[in-house]
Amino acid sequence: MTGLFERLGASTLNSITTLGRAVLFLLRVIAGCGEWVRRPGLLMRELYSVGVLTLVIIVVSGLFVGMVLSLQGYYTLVDFGAEQSLGVLVALSLTRELGPVVTALLFAGRAGSALTAEIGLMKATEQLAGMEMMAVDPERRVIAPRLTAAFISLPLLAVIFTLLGIIGAYIVGTALLGVDSGAFWSQMQAQVSFGDDVLNGVIKSLLFGLVAGWIAVFNGYDCMPTSHGVSRATTRTVVVTSLAVLALDFVLTALMFD
Amino acid sequence: MTANAPAPANSVLIDINALHYRRGGRLLFAGIDLAVERGEVVAIMGPSGTGKTTLLRLIGGQLSPQSGRVEVAGQRVDALSRRALYRLRRGMGVLFQSGALFTDLSCFDNVAFPLREHTELPEALIRIIVLMKLEAVGLRGARDLYPAQLSGGMARRVSLARALALDPEIILYDEPFAGQDPISMGALMKLIRQLNDALGLTSVIVSHDVDETLSIADRVYVLSDGQIIESGTPEALRQSDSAWVRQFIDAQPDGPVPFHYPAASIADDLGVDSEL
Amino acid sequence: MEGRSVENSRRVDLAVGAFVAAGLAALFVLAMQVSNITAFQRAEGYTVVGYFQNVGGLRERAPVRLGGVQIGRVSDIELDQSRFEARVAMTIAQDYNDLPSDTAASIRTSGLLGEQYISLEPGGMPDALSEGDELMLTQSALVLEDIIGQFLYNQGAGGSE
Repeated sequence: MTGLFERLGASTLNSITTLGRAVLFLLRVIAGCGEWVRRPGLLMRELYSVGVLTLVIIVVSGLFVGMVLSLQGYYTLVDFGAEQSLGVLVALSLTRELGPVVTALLFAGRAGSALTAEIGLMKATEQLAGMEMMAVDPERRVIAPRLTAAFISLPLLAVIFTLLGIIGAYIVGTALLGVDSGAFWSQMQAQVSFGDDVLNGVIKSLLFGLVAGWIAVFNGYDCMPTSHGVSRATTRTVVVTSLAVLALDFVLTALMFD
Repeated sequence: MTANAPAPANSVLIDINALHYRRGGRLLFAGIDLAVERGEVVAIMGPSGTGKTTLLRLIGGQLSPQSGRVEVAGQRVDALSRRALYRLRRGMGVLFQSGALFTDLSCFDNVAFPLREHTELPEALIRIIVLMKLEAVGLRGARDLYPAQLSGGMARRVSLARALALDPEIILYDEPFAGQDPISMGALMKLIRQLNDALGLTSVIVSHDVDETLSIADRVYVLSDGQIIESGTPEALRQSDSAWVRQFIDAQPDGPVPFHYPAASIADDLGVDSEL
Repeated sequence: MEGRSVENSRRVDLAVGAFVAAGLAALFVLAMQVSNITAFQRAEGYTVVGYFQNVGGLRERAPVRLGGVQIGRVSDIELDQSRFEARVAMTIAQDYNDLPSDTAASIRTSGLLGEQYISLEPGGMPDALSEGDELMLTQSALVLEDIIGQFLYNQGAGGSE
C-alpha cells in the first residue's frame, strides 16, 4: 500500500519538476526570439512546414465538419420549426468552439508530432549538442522559430477552418436540405457578433497555438535521445496537447461566454 | 579569420586539476589531474564506460564538475558566463562520435555553417574557405552530397572539416576510430596527425583503439575506475609494468578489469553441490 | 535551418505569404459576411425609449421591425425602479427618421419558438420621433400562464351559464 503512495508521490514530483523545466524552457525560448527577428528566413521556413503543410487537412476537415454540423443541426431544428436558424447554429458553433478546438487537435496530430519528432531526432543524432559546441544556441536557432510559427499559424488555420465549415454548411443546407439561403446568412449576420464570437475564437486559437507549440517543442527537446524515446515523446505531444487544449477551452469558454 | 579566445603565454592549454564528477550516483572521476600542452596530440584511453566522453563534455563546458578545476586557455570553464563560454567554444572544434552533421544541409552548407553563423564574411570568401577545408580532408568533390549519402568515414571527415572551419586552437575527438574500416581509419589517423602539425593545433583524442591511437599520440593518459592509472609517451606505455595497462594494451579479456560481472558463484545459481 | 537555394526559398516565401493572406482574408470574410460588425451602432441611428410591464424573453440586440422590415435594434433593457416597469432603449437607423410620435411598440415572437422582437405600428400624428423620445403606446409580451388562466376563467364563467 505504501509502495503505491510512494510511486504516486514520486510520479507527482516528477511531473511538477517536468513542468518547471518546461516553463523555464519556454521563457528562454521566448527570450531567444530575437534571432529570427534578425533573420526572418528562419521563421519563413518554419511557417511553411508548420502552417502551409497543415492547410490540406484543415481545409478538408473544415468542409466536412461544417457539412455534418449542417445535417445534424437541421434534423434537430426542423422539429421546432426553426430550421431557418441553421446558419446561426453553424456559425456560432464554429466560431466559438469547433474552429479553435478542432483545429488545435488536428494541429497537434499533424504539425505538433512532426515538430517533436524532428527536434527529438536532432537531439538523438547529437545535432543539437554539435550546434552548442559550435557556439550556436539551439534554443534560439532551432526552437524559437518553430514555436513562433505554431503561435502564428494556429489562429490563421482556425479562421480558415471556420470559414470553410460555414461554406460547407451553406452548401449542404441550401442545396441538400432546402434551407433558404437568404435566411441562412441574414440570421447569422444578426446573431453572430464580431467582438464576442469571432474575436474570442481568435484569442482562443492564439492561446492554443502557444500551448500546442510549446508542448511539441519541449517534448522533442526533453526526450530521451533514443529511437524509443523519440517515439514516446511524439505520442506524448499529441496526447498532452489534446488534453491541454480541451481543458483550456473549458476555462476560456467559462471566462469569455457568460 | 580566427575568432578565438586570446592565446595565453604559457604552454599548457588544457589544465585539469583534482576533478571530481558524479553522475547518477556513480562517481565517474575521483580527483584526476590532466594537462595538455599546446601543439600536442594527447590521447585519453580506457575501457568503455569510464566516462571518457564525459571528460570531453567537461572540457567543452557542457557539464560542470562537482569539485576541481577545468581550465582552458587559462580560463575556468565552469565559471564562464554564457557569452564568454560561447566565445571560448569558437576556438574549440569538436568531432562527435556520430559526426553530428546537420542532415538537412549539404556537406558544403554543413562546413559553411559556423562561418555563416559567426562571421560576416561574404559568400564568395566563405566558398573559398569551405572548399579549402574540404580539400584538407579529401572531400572537396563530395561537397554537394547530403549526409545521408555519405559513408560513416566520409561523414566523420566532413565533420572534421566543419570543426576546422573557424581555425580553432583545440580539437576534441570523441572516439574517432570507432567502427571504421581500415582504410577510413588510416585516412583519419593521417588527417589527425598532419592537421595537428600543419595547423598548429592541439588535439585531444578519446579512444579505445589502442594501436591506432598509440601510433599518432604524443602522450597518453589511461583512465580506469575514475582514476588516471598511467600517463606517458606511447613507448613508455607499451613497456609499462602496471597490470591494468598491460591488460588494456595486450587486449587481455580478463585481468584487473574482470571478465565476469560480479555475481554469486555459479554453483549457487545452478543449485548444485559445489563439491561435484 | 536554411539551405541556400534561392528559387527554393522564394517558393517558400510565396507559399507562406499566400497562407497568411488566406488566413487574414478568411478573418475578413468572417467579419463582414458572417458577423454583424456593421450592425446598427449608436452613432448610426437615434434612440427612442419604451416602457413595458413585461418584456418576456426580449434580449439586447433583438431586432426592431416595422411592417416586418428591420429598422433598428434593441440597445438596452433595464428595470426602472420608480415606475417598476422595464425600460427598453432602441436604436433606430437614421434613414427612418419620420416615424409618427404616436407609434406603438409591442413585443412579438417570430415563429412559435423563435426569438422575440419589437414590432412598431405607426400612428397618425404629423410630428416625428426624435432622439430620446418615449413611445407612449406599448404592449407587453404575452405570458403563457396568463393566457391559460384567462382561458380557464372564461371557460369557467361560460360553463356556469
